[in-house]
Amino acid sequence: MFESLLVANRGEIARRVLRSAARLGVRTVAVHSEVDADLPFVREADEAILIGPAAPAESYLDIKRVLEAAARSGAEAIHPGYGFLAENAEFAQAVIDAGITWVGPSPDAIDAMGDKVKARNRMSAAGVPVAPGTKDPVGTVEDALAAVADIGYPVMVKASAGGGGIGMSVARSGEELTAAFETARTRAERFFGNPAILLERYIENARHVEVQILGLADGRVVALGERDCSVQRRHQKVAEETPSPGVGEELRQRMLDGAVRAAQAVDYRNAGTVECLVDPVTQDYVFLEMNTRLQVEHPVTELCTGIDIVEQQLLIAAGDAPTFTDVTPRGHAIELRVYAEDPKRFLPSPGHIDTWAEPTGDGVRVDSGYAAGNTVTPSYDPLLAKLCTYGADRAEALERARRAVADFQVSGLKTNLPFFVELLDNPDFVSGDYDTGLVDRMRR
Amino acid sequence: MAEEVRAEMVANVWKVVVAQGDSVADGDTLVILESMKMEIPVLAESAGTVQELRVNEGDVVQEGDVIAVIG
Repeated sequence: MFESLLVANRGEIARRVLRSAARLGVRTVAVHSEVDADLPFVREADEAILIGPAAPAESYLDIKRVLEAAARSGAEAIHPGYGFLAENAEFAQAVIDAGITWVGPSPDAIDAMGDKVKARNRMSAAGVPVAPGTKDPVGTVEDALAAVADIGYPVMVKASAGGGGIGMSVARSGEELTAAFETARTRAERFFGNPAILLERYIENARHVEVQILGLADGRVVALGERDCSVQRRHQKVAEETPSPGVGEELRQRMLDGAVRAAQAVDYRNAGTVECLVDPVTQDYVFLEMNTRLQVEHPVTELCTGIDIVEQQLLIAAGDAPTFTDVTPRGHAIELRVYAEDPKRFLPSPGHIDTWAEPTGDGVRVDSGYAAGNTVTPSYDPLLAKLCTYGADRAEALERARRAVADFQVSGLKTNLPFFVELLDNPDFVSGDYDTGLVDRMRR
Repeated sequence: MAEEVRAEMVANVWKVVVAQGDSVADGDTLVILESMKMEIPVLAESAGTVQELRVNEGDVVQEGDVIAVIG
């Protein structure tokens, strides 16, 4: 195992990664922007290095400054967290070229999965089911309208290089497609520097279910189970759970096998997630994309398997064997993403945190990025904390979640905690019979 | 009657869509703010003329700051 690790990220995930590293006896280095200087992850690292101003392009996204910090601190390895540079093959290669251990998949695997059009084609060739869609990037509205004649409506329009739901929308007519295409193109340029657009048949009332995989140092790929991420607003996840209430045993096995095949097709090492859409009625699934990094919602898998995924990432990167022998998920776990946003319209609500008291108790885990006295700035995503609960069954996990939400005290800015009170009382959510349209229906 | 259009949250001004003197309809986008990786269009709540435009692209606005005056 390497002796020191730099975490090229911020907030809750930087803190989460630092925690596992410290437990393994690895010296930890944080990098941070000016506005993040007072956050817990900066205080908790053994060493913290200021790398620039708030603007991500001049700090967390600046490859040169991150590598300078690594050189200055003598860090032997870099963990990218999620977002920022996590799925940037150029960064991964630069880390490797600097003689530093990269905690993630190979630059080739990142590249193969980073372009959604190429990834779809590759998965299809590997025998993983994909939805009808475009096999080449779509460049113009005319091409989009021509392509949809084969695919059929409704169609999902998305940035080939994209992620995080940015620039994604559903079109049900030529008029909607024209508008959606323009929006997607503008955002793809702006957020990802790549205007390529992908069209894919949209499955109504689908569930969003993903499989956590680990590509081990010896080349084997194991699946750690699925997560249901169907509670979404603006195509972004708000709550996740495992196991999925909409996936039967036979489908689960097919999905886990498919995810392992997908990872093997790109000779995948380290942690990755294969995202799929599931039709709960027909029990069919299609591949959506593979995220070549640690996923935000990884804690629910950890709670049910007892496997520390970050620890395994560090071991794999160091070329060591994993510390688990078999995967036997038990019980039920749920994650609620506590965002700095108003609970009605889900609009951002940056501000100063006056009070912050996290819930505790049996089966409660909170991964947070902030504390009382911190300021949440408009510069980064609105995730404040991940409130996770575990129970012997779903009912117990939900009951613990209700109590934990009531016990979570935050003042000074708006949070979506009141939304979770509603969600945990919503008959469709409580029954487990819900899909990606749930939040829209709750707000209609 | 002049209408003051205010920012609903702390945000960066990403794009200024209208100019002083422009005629706008109810619901027209005046400026686009950005906060927490989200674009937030600020809309006119009545028809009229842009009498004042108090922000520039790149500015930071606080909750309650006046962005434009429509009259």
